[in-house]
Order: sequence, then C-alpha cells, then structure tokens
Amino acid sequence: MSSRKVAEALGIELVEVEDWSCCGSTPAHTVDHLLYGALAARNLAIAEKMGLATVVTPCPSCLVAFKSALEMVQDDGKRKELNELLDLPFQGEIQSKSLLQIIYEEVGVEAVAQRAKRPLEGMRLAPYYGCILTRPPKRAQFDDPENPITMDRILEALGAEVPEFPFKTECCGAAFGLPKRELVLTLSAKILEMAQEIGADALVVACPLCQQNLDLRQGQITSREGVSVDLPVLYITQLVGLALGFSPREVGLDKHAVSPNRLLKKWEEKLKE
Amino acid sequence: MPGMEGTELRIIGFLCNWCSYGGADTAGVSRFKQPTDLRIIRVPCSGRVDPLLVVKAFMEGADGVLVSGCHPRDCHYSEGNFYARRRLEVLKRFLPFMGIEPGRFEYTWVSASEGARWQKVVTDFTDQVHALGPRRNFGEGNGGGDIR
Amino acid sequence: MRIGVFVCHCGTNIDGTVDSHQVAEEAKKFPHVVYATDYLYTCSEPGQQEIQQAVGEHDLDGVVVAACSPRMHENTFRRTIERAGLNRYMFEMANIREHCSWIGEDREANTHKAIELVRMAVAKVANHVHLHPSYFEVNKRVLVIGAGVAGMQAALDCADGGLDVVLVEKKSSIGGRMAQLDKTFPTVDCSICILGPKMVDVGQHEKIKLCTYSEIEDISGYVGNYTVNIRRKATYVDWGKCTGCGLCMEKCPSKKAYDYHNEGIADTTAINISFPQAIPKKATIDPEYCRQFTKGKCGVCAKVCPLGAIDYEMEDEIVAEEVGAIIVATGYGLLNMEELGEYGAGRYPDVITGIQYERFLNASGPTQGHVVRPSDGEEPKRVVFISCAGSRDASLDRPYCSNFCCMYIAKQAILTRDHIPDSEVYVFYMDTRSPSKGYEEFIRRAQEEYGVQYVRGRVSRIYPKGKRMVVRGADTLLGTQVEVETDLVVLATAATCAPEAEELAEKLRISYDEYGFYMESHPKLRPVETNTSGVFLAGACQGPKDIPAAVGQGSAAASKVLSLFSKDQLESDPQIAQVMELRCVGCLKCADTCPFQAIEEKELPDGRVVGHVIETVCQGCGLCTSICPSGAIQLQQCTDNQLIAEVEALCQAWRERSSG
Repeated sequence: MSSRKVAEALGIELVEVEDWSCCGSTPAHTVDHLLYGALAARNLAIAEKMGLATVVTPCPSCLVAFKSALEMVQDDGKRKELNELLDLPFQGEIQSKSLLQIIYEEVGVEAVAQRAKRPLEGMRLAPYYGCILTRPPKRAQFDDPENPITMDRILEALGAEVPEFPFKTECCGAAFGLPKRELVLTLSAKILEMAQEIGADALVVACPLCQQNLDLRQGQITSREGVSVDLPVLYITQLVGLALGFSPREVGLDKHAVSPNRLLKKWEEKLKE
Repeated sequence: MPGMEGTELRIIGFLCNWCSYGGADTAGVSRFKQPTDLRIIRVPCSGRVDPLLVVKAFMEGADGVLVSGCHPRDCHYSEGNFYARRRLEVLKRFLPFMGIEPGRFEYTWVSASEGARWQKVVTDFTDQVHALGPRRNFGEGNGGGDIR
Repeated sequence: MRIGVFVCHCGTNIDGTVDSHQVAEEAKKFPHVVYATDYLYTCSEPGQQEIQQAVGEHDLDGVVVAACSPRMHENTFRRTIERAGLNRYMFEMANIREHCSWIGEDREANTHKAIELVRMAVAKVANHVHLHPSYFEVNKRVLVIGAGVAGMQAALDCADGGLDVVLVEKKSSIGGRMAQLDKTFPTVDCSICILGPKMVDVGQHEKIKLCTYSEIEDISGYVGNYTVNIRRKATYVDWGKCTGCGLCMEKCPSKKAYDYHNEGIADTTAINISFPQAIPKKATIDPEYCRQFTKGKCGVCAKVCPLGAIDYEMEDEIVAEEVGAIIVATGYGLLNMEELGEYGAGRYPDVITGIQYERFLNASGPTQGHVVRPSDGEEPKRVVFISCAGSRDASLDRPYCSNFCCMYIAKQAILTRDHIPDSEVYVFYMDTRSPSKGYEEFIRRAQEEYGVQYVRGRVSRIYPKGKRMVVRGADTLLGTQVEVETDLVVLATAATCAPEAEELAEKLRISYDEYGFYMESHPKLRPVETNTSGVFLAGACQGPKDIPAAVGQGSAAASKVLSLFSKDQLESDPQIAQVMELRCVGCLKCADTCPFQAIEEKELPDGRVVGHVIETVCQGCGLCTSICPSGAIQLQQCTDNQLIAEVEALCQAWRERSSG
C-alpha cells in the first residue's frame, strides 16, 4: 500500500509484472538451486518481454532470488539449463533493485526530503536492514554490507532522529518460523530489546518478512523470553509516506499488531509546536 | 609425429620476459594445469612484438596467436606495453581483413605473480581457438568471415 | 653450425610427464644438431661437466639446454659453456618444466611439446652471434627510500662499508613504525631504547645524507647511474636554524592538529616535533591546522622562535641526487578500520587499533603509559583483542596473514595485565602463529603466567551496551556462541602495502603483487633483489614482516649493494640494440621511441645521418626493433631473424606432424 503510494508521489512508475509468480525464496533455494533460479527468472523474463528496465521489489528475499537468477544467466551452461525450464527466453538484460535502493539512488535523499510536507520530527527511529539486503556484498552491490546507512540517511533527511543501532544487520530468524520457533523468538527478542534500549519509538525495516515477524511475535517474545517488548515495527515506505503527507490509514498504519499510535501521537504533538 | 593431431591446435604465444613469462613460470611452479597446445616464445618486452611477426605466424599455419605483457603502467621498460597495446589493437582490427577471425588473436596482461590468471588466460584462449577450429590456409575458401 | 642439445630429467620433475630420452633422440634429427643427450640433473656439477666435455669432444659452437625456466638457470649454463671456451651468448634454454611438464599430465602431448620447444631453441641458437659485454663506470652512492628500521639498517651497513648514502624519509623524523612501539616481543624490550641509539648513529653518520620530510619525485637511469629527483616538502621552518627547543610548540594556539605519531588518539599542535626522540629534532608546521594558513593570520611561532627559523613562505624544493643503486624500505600501512563495519570501528570510540593501543601503553605516549578508554578516560578493567581484523579475510580481498599480529597481541595482553593487575584480558584468534625463536613460548607465557583468556573463534559483531561494549563471537573449541562484555576492544587490523606503494613501484620500474607489496626477484633464492637491476628491497614493503626479519633484510640488501659496488666498472649486458648503418635511413623513429634516450644521432663520414645506440644506456627492450621501418636496428639475441626462425621451426614441426 505505502510502497505504491510513495512511488507514485516520488514519480516512480510502477507496473505490475503480468501473471507474476512466487520467486521461490528460501524454501526453493534449499531444495534446488536451478529451480530456484528458474522461478525467479520466470518473472524477470516476463518483465523483459514487457520492455521494463528494472524489476523493483520491496522484499530483499525476492531481490536475492532475482539477483541469483541474473548471476546464473551470465554463465552459458546455466543459461541453457534455465531456459529449458522457461516458456519465455530469458536473456538477463534486465536489472533488479530494492525499492529502498531506487528511492536512495534514483530519487535521492534530498529530493525525497524536499517533497516532505510533514517532517518526521520527534520520532526516534531505529533502522533495521535485516540479513540479506546488503549481503553477500558481491551479490547485493548496495550500501555497506556490515554497516548500512541508506535508511538512516533517508529518515534523518525527513527529520527523524536516528540513533546508532548496533543490530542493523542481525538476523531476525523469520525464515525459521515453522521449524524452530524458539530460535526465532530468541533472535527477534535481541533486536527488539536493543531497539528499546537505545530509546527508539519504532523499528524501521526494509523487508516485509522482518516486519511481519518482528511485529507479530512480540506477544510470544514477552511471554516466552522474559523480556517485555512493545515496539511498533514499520516498513520504510510507511514513514516516507507519512512525511510526504499521506494519512496513517493510507500507508496502512492501522494494520499493525503492535499499534504505532503512541508514536503518531508524539509526532503530531511535535508537529503542532 | 602422430598422436596429437586432431586434439591439439597450433597456438603460439609471445611473452615478455619480466611479467608474463614469469607469470607462466609461476603457474608452472604452482602446478596449475593448462591445455598443452601453446608454445611460448620469450621476448624482452611485449613492445618487441612486431605485428608482422604475428602475421608471419598465421601465414606459417598457426591457428591462434597470443601476446602477453606486463600490466599497463607496470612495464619493466616503463612504456613498452603502451606501444604494444596500440600496435596490437590495430592489428586485431586488421586481421579480419586478411581472413583471420578476430578470436584467433588476443593480447593480454599478466604479471609475474599471477600464475592463476595465466592459467585462466591460456585455458580461455585455447578454448576460444578450439571453438573456431583449425584455420584454413589462405585462399582456401572463406576463412575470415566477419569483416564487415 | 654444430649445436649440442642437453635434455634434463630434473629427477622426475620433467621426466615424470615428459619422455626426456625421446626428446633427446628427436633433437638429434634437427638441423645443426650434432650431439644430443639426456641427463638426470643437468644443472648439477656432473651435469655441467658433461656439457663442458661435449663441447670439446664434439666441437660444439652452440648449446641448447632443455630444462627449467631460463629465468632460473640461464646464467648458470652460460657460465658453463664459457668455461668450455664458448661465447656465453651462444646458448639457449627450452623451458620444458614450468611451461610443459608441470602444467600438463598427458605424457605424450608433453613430450611432443617439449620436442617442439627444443626445435625452436635450436633454430634460435643457429642464428646467434658472439656477443661481448662492455664496461661502464659505477656511481658508488646508494639511495635508501624509507628510514624505518629496515631502511636505517641498510643505510648504516652501506655507510659503514664506505658508501655514501642518501636516506629519504617521508615523515619529519626517521624511526618508522618501530619508533611508535612501546615494547618489542618476545623480550619485552623497550622499543625506543633499542632503536634510539641506532637513530642517533644514522643521524650522525658522516656518510649518510638525511632527507626527511621528503618524497621521491621521479627516477631515471639504470644500474650504476640513477638520477633521482627528491621532493623536499616545505616544513615552513628553516631547519638550518631550528634547534628543536620546542618553544613554538608550547605557544602554538592551534592545539587540535592530527597527531600522526600518536595515531590520532591525542591532538598535537600545528607546529610540532613529532616525538621527543625525533631525528632530526626539528619542528614542522602542518598547514592543514596552522592558523597562519587556515585563517591567514597568527604568526605566534614566528614571534616566539628565538632563532627566527619560521618561514611561512617556504615552498617544496626538488633536489637531484646521482646514485648507483637503490634500496627500497618503505614499510607497510594498516587497514582503515572503518572497512570493518561489523566491528563498529570508527563509530564506537572504545574500539581501537593495535597501534593506537600501543600509543596508550607507551610511557612517552599522550597518557604516559596509562591505559584509558577513549570514551571517558577511565581505566578499562577488561580488554578484548581481536586478531585477524581484516587479515586472512577473502571477503576483503586480503587472504594473506599479516605476520606479526599474533605476537604483538600477546605482548599487549601481557602489558595490559602488567599495567592493570586487576584486569581481565581476552584474545579472539583464528590460529596463533608463532614460528620464530622464543615466540611460541611467549604466547604460552601470556596464557599460563598472565592468565590471558584465548578464545578460538571469529567475532561477528561488536555493539555498545550502556557504557561498555559487547563482543559477540564464536568459541569454536566449545562449539558455542560467546558474548563478552568489555571496556575496550583492540583490533589487530591487517597490514597493507604502504600508502602510494604502487606509484613508487612505477617510478622504480619494479613489480608489485595484487596487494601492492613489491615483488622480489625470486621468492626463495633472491628475496631482496628485484627484477630491475640495482634496485633492492628491505623490510615490509615486500610483505608484512616483524622487526628481526626487516633488519635482516636491511642488512641483506646492503650487502647486495656492497657486492655490486665492489667492482669499479660494471659489465653491461650486450643483448642490446645494434644499428646496421648501411640499412638505416636515418628517420630516427627509434630515438623517439626509446624510453631510455639510448639512441642518438650520428653523422657518418659521408654526411648521412643514422641512429646510434649508446651501449651502456640501452636496456634491451627491443621497442626500436619493432618500430624500425627498414629493419636496420636489431635487438641482439632477439633479432627479427631469430624470432622468425623460432616461428618457422615451430610451424615446420606442425606441418610435419599433420602430414604424418
């Protein structure tokens, strides 16, 4: 929701890939690398046929899948294998980027800040990039792999206060939600606890799975891990959207398990000043 | 001499003494396996390689010619490889007019420490020449092709 | 011509995958070959004797040895045939080891290849002519670049051997890294106490001309006769007048200048003497911080200097020096710790580098040897050391070991326990590497006597928790994750090549590896020589090394220079270009092309102008031979005819092969 709104407001034209399918994500990757590549490549091939230059995704896991497929297609042998599995020929001439990368590199921090109608003043936000947005560096080709700063810069430019957050790239464990839930709770607890410790009003993520995981599991964490967590987890474009002037409802802030109301109230009071 | 005919092609390499010949030595010392087609001629500097010498090798029946020197700016003779780069680039563009596919000639830079790189250069170039196959003699049909 | 061919088995190195005997048998069929044989080790004494004997018995006038690389043994065999009475240049090697037996497993293919390589060498020798070296004068002065411990040792040894030395140092004082250190391992000697006297010796030696605060601008010439332009950077202080009294430092109002000697853990004044034992003990102004330069007015130092030594108008000066040999001892750099994002280095003040910690430990450092946390100045009660911070890390393109970190960590751990007896010290390590004398024992002492906790594993993240830092890593011996709360983290950052190492290499025309470390001529047997005659290496510019190794190399390089200079004249290599005056059209393209200005105009008695090669200046690259339109200038030993002969011999072999 927020991604579409923000993209439109920033002048990025988003076209939905026709008949898109799942990229395969982690499960496919663990089963069969070729199949994994083919699932991602199918979407890229359709986009190529549609004449699009870039496939943009809000999800780092899709991004890694796309980038893996683009890597595979560079190898003659693998390109042949891939294309045997696909209906459409896949050339690998398209590129793939995260929505965050598009906003940071193509729109630019200053341009975003200039369009901000309601700066995020009064918000203290911890940016959390997750495990695979910037890594492995050779594949990601984006930001500093161990100390990414793109969200920091965007949020700062929009007026928010961004403290140093040490666990920017720790894994939240989301993919282990089914097989090893205890592990996920331990990992997620550490991230949320650290964000609370540095006094953040909310955690800002660039991955829908992180968002879901960190938002939905806070009850479980509080009851099982012996730490009390109560921290809204927002996707980056939700905040950019707020700053651009969309209402909280328009960017989907009414759909969270942990309500961001306290944060919004604090922000609105600050704006009134 | 029977035996190798049909499996090996005729490839000559001109290597500068200071970098690439040393790089090939390093590859040997490290036992980096390579195709056996290549025969190396040692020259002091890639700038010593007269383009006519490359043409001569093709005229005499070579299927591929490789020239390798020091990396640009790292020439033992300060600027010899710059001369080589200019001359050989011109040569590379000219060869198709003689009916020699551009893929049969390469020039590259390998330093004395880059044994692994040398292995890759030799392997890739040999594969490239094998993909083109044995070269037909001058006058025997359309050997060159891509001269447009 | 009567050529003899000698095929080496090199034990099984060649004969394992090449039928050496068959190669010799086939060689007998080649034109000009009157004798061919194979031998187990041709380079051995009996092997060489056999060549000498054969030269006499078979009246040979050219020799081909098919063995290893000519880069290895060409000179060995040239001397052999010279002993047998032949001209040493009537010789060629076929490289059937590095380029044949070691890189292919197919014995049949290798044998054929070897036969062809020998055939090419024979064809080349058949076109050889006798060459005779000429002799040229040697300028017996030596330039040493870098005045760290390796360069100082080299300079002292050369000077004690009677040579005039020009010692160039980038910084304002000599001493290098060792002058920054507190103690040295494994004896825990005071570093400056053992280095200081050596620095004084260098400073006072009548044979050593010191050029500190200077850099190499450019280098031209060749062994025996180099011309070096040295940029003496402006110090803004007339060193002829400065006595190093330090009054200017006391009064300088700009007290926030970056302190290079203290690695930025403290500030210094804009005009400063880098450390108390500096040699020369002279002040320099850092224009980046000096108010006279940044604000355009101040002049305090000029007012207080009792000798009027301050000169704000001073400019860089280029000084030319003539030398016969060069020793490069430019040392190493350190990885910028901000490249290590996961350690928070650069963001967290209490994550510092080993060399910064050394400055805290050092009694002449800014804290007088009291270890404190940079964040709040308190004494740390727990210190964690992380080894291999960037070293042995392929993801940072630094797969190599930095050589000395394991040992200095052990030293710093011991010193920490000495300075703060109630402290706890942890070391995260991959392996401890301690191969020199007394080193392993030293690490054991750190563990057993000083109770330093060694944790085998890598650290994945460092993060702050309140006032302290948490180090999270693996303990691979216990197979668990560990988290250690600590007051201070010390990273053993990777040793890198010196800043601008590549640029200097290009000026010197020496090779460097992919990490910027300089290439020695042979990794085992010529460790301080380079492939450029007259240029030698000492110390960590060739690769990370500790003090004794650097000192050893300094002495080794000096002995190489002394032996080079033991003759009054050097033999010039006769494998140079030669002009056939009858063919020369006098276009002088060769003179324009020559990188060494080795070709001059010469007027013949009939008035015709031709090119003329200055024998001792020509380096034998052959650029002129390739550019000459009339083939008049020919690089001896690599003439057009010789290269064509090689190509033709090879192609002839190929043709014979395909016709069965």
